[in-house]
Amino acid sequence: MNAQMIIASDSVPRIGHGFRLQWEEAQQAHVLLYPEGMVKLNGSAGEILTRCNGTAPVGAIVADLEQRFATTGLEADVLAFLSMAQERRWVEFA
Amino acid sequence: MSAAASEVAPTAGIGPPLWLLAELTYRCPLHCVFCYNPVDFARDETELSTDDWLRVLGEARALGAVQCGFSGGEPLQRDDLEILVAEARRLGYYTNLLTSGIGLNEERIARLKQAGLDHIQLSFQDSTREVNDFLSSTRTFDLKRKAAALIKAHGYPMVMNCVIHRMNIDHIDRIIELAVELDAEYLELANTQFYSWAHINRDHLLPTREQLQRAEAATNRWREQLGTRMKIFFVVPDYYETRPKKCMNGWGNVFLTIIPDGTALPCHTARMLPGLEFPNVRDISVRDIWYSSEGFNRYRGTGWMKEPCRSCPEREKDLGGCRCQAYMLANDPAMADPVCDKSPHHGVIVDIVEKAQAPRVEAEAKPLVFRNSKESKELARPF
Repeated sequence: MNAQMIIASDSVPRIGHGFRLQWEEAQQAHVLLYPEGMVKLNGSAGEILTRCNGTAPVGAIVADLEQRFATTGLEADVLAFLSMAQERRWVEFA
Repeated sequence: MSAAASEVAPTAGIGPPLWLLAELTYRCPLHCVFCYNPVDFARDETELSTDDWLRVLGEARALGAVQCGFSGGEPLQRDDLEILVAEARRLGYYTNLLTSGIGLNEERIARLKQAGLDHIQLSFQDSTREVNDFLSSTRTFDLKRKAAALIKAHGYPMVMNCVIHRMNIDHIDRIIELAVELDAEYLELANTQFYSWAHINRDHLLPTREQLQRAEAATNRWREQLGTRMKIFFVVPDYYETRPKKCMNGWGNVFLTIIPDGTALPCHTARMLPGLEFPNVRDISVRDIWYSSEGFNRYRGTGWMKEPCRSCPEREKDLGGCRCQAYMLANDPAMADPVCDKSPHHGVIVDIVEKAQAPRVEAEAKPLVFRNSKESKELARPF
């Protein structure tokens, strides 16, 4: 069993193997699809995961979100979410 | 698109179907004794055409269906499977293939991958060749192992399914070891539920309470040991519960099943229910089927309930359980699922479970009935 990885600001997340992220018009939400299952994402989870494209490091994702929502201090929340997402295999790190 | 005009808000309170289960065929090279296909599956062998299925995929996707399962029977028996997968993927479904692995070879899996198939769930009947091959009445264990290797080699997540019952439940450690060996990410240990062929073979298949407890304890030990490496689902047989499951997550709530002849059902066994016509995709649109048909509306929500469900504080939680189980065990699909210990028919379950605690005497037991066309035509009944 892997020890929980420390997520650094230069870590690069991408959507986990076997998972697919997409916008669902009928649900008016982003959903994460995986073998025989689906998670309907809330707004902020959708905003974070759509930025996990395998090229942007965590630091850039935080900066982008802070700019988009004209706020600061999102890093801790983003890291906490990504840590939970990694545990559930929603994201993996390159 | 001309269809856009009809995409207005649907009937208030009814959500869209999210799951489309396409049972492409009842043909199957296996003859499993617990198969959930209707016992009279061989009565009508007219399958939907490729074009029918392509239309159904589009109509269901337009309503919001996003998970698509290709099942059967053995879906690999349809030689248009790749065409259907490609269209489903193009439409934005997450595409799942539920297969025994028989018929999956290098060429076929490469074509399915090319078509965009997202996931393959591979079923085993046991961890040993002897029991696997006996229960399915085939020589397929080695073929399944080859299929598992192909699935891995093509970069798919490995989802292994094994139906669990009295005859293999004591092998649970070895079944989990097999999943580890095959490097499965997910393992579904699905205890047999007693519908269709499993209902006929119930005396052979219902485990004892002690077997079940041992198996659950073993599963929990493995969960601890494997951590996040493998996710293990262990589904307890309804008969050992005192509250029913929220069957299909609610009648006409999430799941839409289309069986090989095009009949649309809220669950794959619902066709057994008496006095209820289910619509066919050859006749009406998926939209009308989902929102307007009597078949889908009859047991939606809680309005249809009788006592004790009607005044039960838990009625929203389990929605009265399974309509087929109520019909099979209480002879009325609108009764409470007899699994519930508030049901006046719960004694039926208690008796069946008590009988299962005794050691099975081979000579007294009825022979196992294997699922095949000959038995299906002879039995000629829904369950």
